[in-house]
Amino acid sequence: MITTRLFARGFTPGIVITLVLLVAVAILVPVLNLATAPASPFHVPTYIVALTGKYLCYALLALALDLVWGFAGILSLGHGAFFALGGYAMGMYLMRQIGSRGVYGNPVLPDFMVFLNWKELPWYWLGFDQFWFAALMVVLVPGALAFVFGWFAFRSRVTGVYLSIITQAMTYALLLAFFRNDMGFGGNNGLTDFKDILGFNVQADTTRAALFAATALALALGVAVTAAIVGSHFGKLLIAVRDAEPRTRFLGYRPENVKLFAFTVSAVMAGIAGALYVPQVGIINPGEFAPANSIEVVVWTAVGGRGTIIGPIVGALTVNAGKSWFTGALPELWLFALGGLFVAVTLFLPRGIVGTITHGWSALKARRASTTAEDGTDASLAQPAAGE
Amino acid sequence: MAPDTLTRNPDEPVVLPHPYAARDLQPVAAEPESAETQRRRETLLYLDGVSVSFDGFKAINNLSLVLEQGEMRAIIGPNGAGKTTMMDIITGKTRPDTGQVFFRGDIDLTKHDEADIATMGIGRKFQKPTVFESHTVEDNLALALAGTRSVAGTLFTDPAKSGEGRIAEILEVTRLAARRADLAANLSHGQKQWLEIGMLLAQDPKLLLVDEPVAGMTDAETEETARLLKDIARTHSVIVVEHDMHFVRDLGVRVTCLHEGSVLSEGSLDHVSADPRVIEVYLGR
Repeated sequence: MITTRLFARGFTPGIVITLVLLVAVAILVPVLNLATAPASPFHVPTYIVALTGKYLCYALLALALDLVWGFAGILSLGHGAFFALGGYAMGMYLMRQIGSRGVYGNPVLPDFMVFLNWKELPWYWLGFDQFWFAALMVVLVPGALAFVFGWFAFRSRVTGVYLSIITQAMTYALLLAFFRNDMGFGGNNGLTDFKDILGFNVQADTTRAALFAATALALALGVAVTAAIVGSHFGKLLIAVRDAEPRTRFLGYRPENVKLFAFTVSAVMAGIAGALYVPQVGIINPGEFAPANSIEVVVWTAVGGRGTIIGPIVGALTVNAGKSWFTGALPELWLFALGGLFVAVTLFLPRGIVGTITHGWSALKARRASTTAEDGTDASLAQPAAGE
Repeated sequence: MAPDTLTRNPDEPVVLPHPYAARDLQPVAAEPESAETQRRRETLLYLDGVSVSFDGFKAINNLSLVLEQGEMRAIIGPNGAGKTTMMDIITGKTRPDTGQVFFRGDIDLTKHDEADIATMGIGRKFQKPTVFESHTVEDNLALALAGTRSVAGTLFTDPAKSGEGRIAEILEVTRLAARRADLAANLSHGQKQWLEIGMLLAQDPKLLLVDEPVAGMTDAETEETARLLKDIARTHSVIVVEHDMHFVRDLGVRVTCLHEGSVLSEGSLDHVSADPRVIEVYLGR
């Protein structure tokens, strides 16, 4: 098909390897967790499954941010908001699944509503007892918010640091709103005490393994979608808008629409990451909207390498692994380490880990090519001489 | 007797539709077009009494300029004469405070934005060469290539493939064929200028606005550029802004000299350069 061939261009060997790895991880980790004896050297303990599952959600969030920051030049400091909204949509479904097993035993109302003396379910909680509806909202709510926000911001030609500030304001406003008990999202405590997802116990090892596999596959899908977008003609346009937005207007393009599309797709990806995150960590509260969270995502992406597809994944995994180790060993120093890391990467590794490696690699190849050209000898001609 | 006068005379033939109905079908006699409007319709670009000021500074002051279909025009003038502002007005980047700007006779350019105007057929090369540096030369041309401009269109089509022949042609014309796969960032200054002219060609506009195409070029490159522009002018209308008098002489076209936002002198280069007001502006009093 023409379409398949069109999008195939984004699938470089690096992307294909990443996709294969992610699918392998999605199969192997659950198998090694469930089918091996705890004493076996191949056994993957459940806490590792839960922890890495969480990291993969972060990786998907970082990839979403990279699509807008790395490829479209929109530095969003509010991507945590889309992640949290996706998480809340999933959390609402999980709350409805508790049913009469809550502390107050109310079959319809979640505990916090009973506690607040609410008599009936607010209208915006209707439908969340159905998984398909919640899944739809996971995609729709962050997507719609991003669309409306982007529509106004990009049309008014708000760019650069001003745009970053309003995204930050957006997530902060949502943080304040979700803190309020009257909002009906559990206020300060958020949503927790989940029991079942699709009829399976969220605490069970098998459910955790399945959620892990789903997350790895979602990340693989995210990589595939991003690679397809970036590899298409639209991807070229996206980079053109990033580098010289006014110039694209004089070619007849509308950069506001280009950015709006990327921003909305990115928000949907972030929402899915949040929805997979919540059942694995067992809670969603307004803290996820905190501006600092969104900034942390920027750090992961910068460390891994923005403007590459693999970079944000590498960044999210390494920084979070570092964070887990650091907060265990030297908890009070973690924030200093994170800040220091960001400064160090900006100063010494502006392309990030993956960006530096790929750039170094292509520079090396270019140098080799030019030396061969200068010598006037082809590598294949030089071969027999070496064999003598 | 009164009711009788209201009833229809049976001998009178029935006329359908009623004769009065036809009256409404008659085209409303248009107001006679003024000679000015008729004249406007035949032009490609028509600027009349255009003024624009920034914070009280009149960048363009009652500027009137007419470009015929297929004409090539050179615009000269000292720094700050309003050359670039004029291009900003034509391409929709700046809205004039007063005055009329018409393209192809009756498209009012003051009512459209940059993207609209670009799709209608006005292409622009900037004073400072503006190419997409992190794209290859080929991709720069593919992005400029006339064709789809929508999000869905760019997602599902590949102009680099469908426009391969055209891109190869442009690469040949602009002498960039050897650098096809190189990043635009790695081109020399002159090559970037040529790439931008190539992008204009790919856009295939009716009117090309070319701002200082030979700035920073060697003499040989300048000559080549004059040849290229003359070639382009055979099938397109062109406005060239340039300081380089040799280059303008090479082009051998009608020249407009701008000063302080309005036209100082217009005619052949010899005529303009002999104009005492032009000499005064260029050499000072």
